[in-house]
Amino acid sequence: MILLVDLSWKVRSLSRDEFVGPVARIVSRAGQEWGEAHFSGIREADLRDPHGIILCGTALKDNLFAEKVQEFLWLKDIRVPVLGICAGMQALCLVHGGALRQECEIGMTTVRVTRPDPLLGDRQAFTAYELHSFACDPPPGWEVTAVSDRCVQAVRHPDRPLSGVMFHPEVRNDLVVERFCALCRE
Amino acid sequence: MKLGVLCSGGKDSWFACHLAMQKEEVACLISVRSRNEESYMFHTPNTHLVPLQAEAAGLPLVTVETEGIEGAELGDLSRAISLAVEQFGIEGVVTGALLSVYQAARVQRICRDFGLWCFNPLWYTDPEAYMDQLVAAGFRSIITGVFAEPFSPDWLGREIDRKALSGLRQYVRSHRITLTGEGGEYETLVVDAPLFAKKIVILESEKEYANFRGFLQVRRAVLEAK
Repeated sequence: MILLVDLSWKVRSLSRDEFVGPVARIVSRAGQEWGEAHFSGIREADLRDPHGIILCGTALKDNLFAEKVQEFLWLKDIRVPVLGICAGMQALCLVHGGALRQECEIGMTTVRVTRPDPLLGDRQAFTAYELHSFACDPPPGWEVTAVSDRCVQAVRHPDRPLSGVMFHPEVRNDLVVERFCALCRE
Repeated sequence: MKLGVLCSGGKDSWFACHLAMQKEEVACLISVRSRNEESYMFHTPNTHLVPLQAEAAGLPLVTVETEGIEGAELGDLSRAISLAVEQFGIEGVVTGALLSVYQAARVQRICRDFGLWCFNPLWYTDPEAYMDQLVAAGFRSIITGVFAEPFSPDWLGREIDRKALSGLRQYVRSHRITLTGEGGEYETLVVDAPLFAKKIVILESEKEYANFRGFLQVRRAVLEAK
């Protein structure tokens, strides 16, 4: 089972269907079961069963998650693969000592792969949908695997299966989520 | 949170409105009437009926007109949203965008410029589940425009009920149309919905059709008790 974490400002918000729903459909299509939890209510029990976790994105104006880093401390010890999408990548970076800075991108952008990564496939560049107000300065030691002209687009932990993408793979880049699901099955 | 719903009169904007009402306060509808049938941004065939729909739903409406010239129509949408902020104090905008990155990104940018939230509750929704949900929830949408093979003139004015949905599914298989009409294959007008206190009855309409392209222009319509 893959746990989808909703990072929106409140439980069952109007943003849920926009940012969790599309990811859930890709996970289902990839043949994986999924469960769902809001970031404010993650308990130890929620983390026992999943063999992968996806931290979903939020609305452009919704950055409350970034003020609640203490709600994400469990990411420090997690051993299963984690994929952070946009807000999810920002949460992943903050917990591990990275920083955020204002940098807005909206719409399709060219993403260039700077270091081969199984989640990104073998393309050197691709177009992806962006919707963010902040960019990440990755945590010390993390590897940058893709960039756009404006900011870091994909990162990963040097040793553990923790990855983040700033673009929204649920829009026209389903393969990224499908590859993550395959990784979780391994 | 007070929201304004971008409303073209079609099924997607009204269903998005219905979803928004379940979570937040819908303070008004926002409608942009395009004089250009080929508008990039705005659904056109029967936008003149949005005021009647707004009355049926008991929601205030902010309307602006646009020539529908690419680029300039975004300025008109900004003007409409700005009026909704002024008149109704909206804090966010809701759209019925399904897949169009072109439309969604442009509305997102306008919202960012005004410091507004932007919600797209139907974004990348499952088309099958969405269309079933639409019919099951009691939305009565009629087809007011067809723009692709193999739609015949009989589809103009036809309600999207279970039988019509089954016909559309057949076209998805045979002609690769999108079930929701997101590819521009057809346009709809909502004549009744669970959030309407009254239903719209069309008294006079006119069909124009040639080569798999046609419109149902509603000339006269009234509200009636449900």
